[in-house]
Amino acid sequence: MCVAIPARVKSIEGLTADVEVGGVSRKISVQLTPEVQRDDYVLVHAGFAIHVIDEQEARETMKLFEELGALEND
Amino acid sequence: MKFIDEYRDGEKARPIIEEIHRLADRPIRLMEVCGTHTVSIARYGLRKALPETIELISGPGCPVCVTSNGDLDKAISLARIPGAAIATFGDMVRVPGSDSSLALERAAGRDVRVVYSPLDGLKMAEENPQLRVIFLGVGFETTAPTVAATALEAKNRGLKNFFIFSAHKTVPKALKALLDLGEIKLDGFLLPGHVSAIIGSLPYEFLAEHYALACVISGFEPLDILQSVLMLARQVKSRRPRVEIQYKRGVRPQGNPKAMEIMAQAFEPSDVEWRGLGLIPGSGLALRKEFAELDASRAFDIRVALARESNGCRCGDVLRGLIRPEGCALFGNVCTPQKPVGPCMVSFEGSCAAAYKYGS
Repeated sequence: MCVAIPARVKSIEGLTADVEVGGVSRKISVQLTPEVQRDDYVLVHAGFAIHVIDEQEARETMKLFEELGALEND
Repeated sequence: MKFIDEYRDGEKARPIIEEIHRLADRPIRLMEVCGTHTVSIARYGLRKALPETIELISGPGCPVCVTSNGDLDKAISLARIPGAAIATFGDMVRVPGSDSSLALERAAGRDVRVVYSPLDGLKMAEENPQLRVIFLGVGFETTAPTVAATALEAKNRGLKNFFIFSAHKTVPKALKALLDLGEIKLDGFLLPGHVSAIIGSLPYEFLAEHYALACVISGFEPLDILQSVLMLARQVKSRRPRVEIQYKRGVRPQGNPKAMEIMAQAFEPSDVEWRGLGLIPGSGLALRKEFAELDASRAFDIRVALARESNGCRCGDVLRGLIRPEGCALFGNVCTPQKPVGPCMVSFEGSCAAAYKYGS
């Protein structure tokens, strides 16, 4: 029930956006994330964007994983 | 798929698992309270990868599973109203109530349709003015704002044939109620990532401050969960319980204020019954009286007999973290996904369904 999928915003018209996940497009509401912009990634749940993904944080998280790996190898 | 695949990299999992093994030199009991975590942990065999000292317990995190038989019976009685059509999320359909299920009602000729979004229910009402469409609102704070937005839209459009039956619930009070039962000893919580995308991290502070429990808000991919377990182990070892966010790409400390605002416009806290936990004051979401016309519980005269629980079903004990699914005598023989006795076996995110499908 908590499932939300990351999707890329292709275009926005008013409170509706066209998003793409793995090659498949669909229309969703962006009422809950009015700050969203084209090319943002959003978490989609039940036909709505519920959060604009913070790509910087995503990069930082991946970096942490890599650093742990590097520490292991030392 | 971007933002998913990278977090399933087995190579990156190894160093995290090794570090956890090093830290977990004493028993650490962690509870996860989100059905999506239950499934991810089972699907990726994370319990086997973790040291035996770490116990991952499933809690009341599956909204369909914690829906009471009373609410199920009400939904079923709504389905029986002539001219009514039910719009519902998929995994509600096969859950048995006291005597029937939505699936059985559909087989008997009632109009029950699965929707992906509450907006689909709205569309159903607009396209079928002869029907009274009742959307079954089930879900925690991840879903409630989407239903709230739909309620606002329905009101703005002046729709007269669209209704919402709210069985929505909120998580933080349930965690407190669970802890106050005093049945289980925990060291920390793996907190739900998408509920927290909406509510942020503040509502969980009491868990660290008053109950001295380690808390980490976790994403759902295997690397997320492993990193969260590592963070929890560090908190427990250092005896510094607090609320941390592992799922930083998905959760801000302040959550999603717009979503919370919309949720509050349509809903107010109510006292509701949780399967397994009983009545928890203020843990439900009821439509405000400004939305009375949309509120199925006000618009329809729903009368149900006192709900009956299934014989032998231990869903309640599973939801409280007292037993694992295998601890129920019915698991895997009388109760299977094909012929489920209780919701924990029906719902995609139920502990029993996950254990049956993936093994524990």
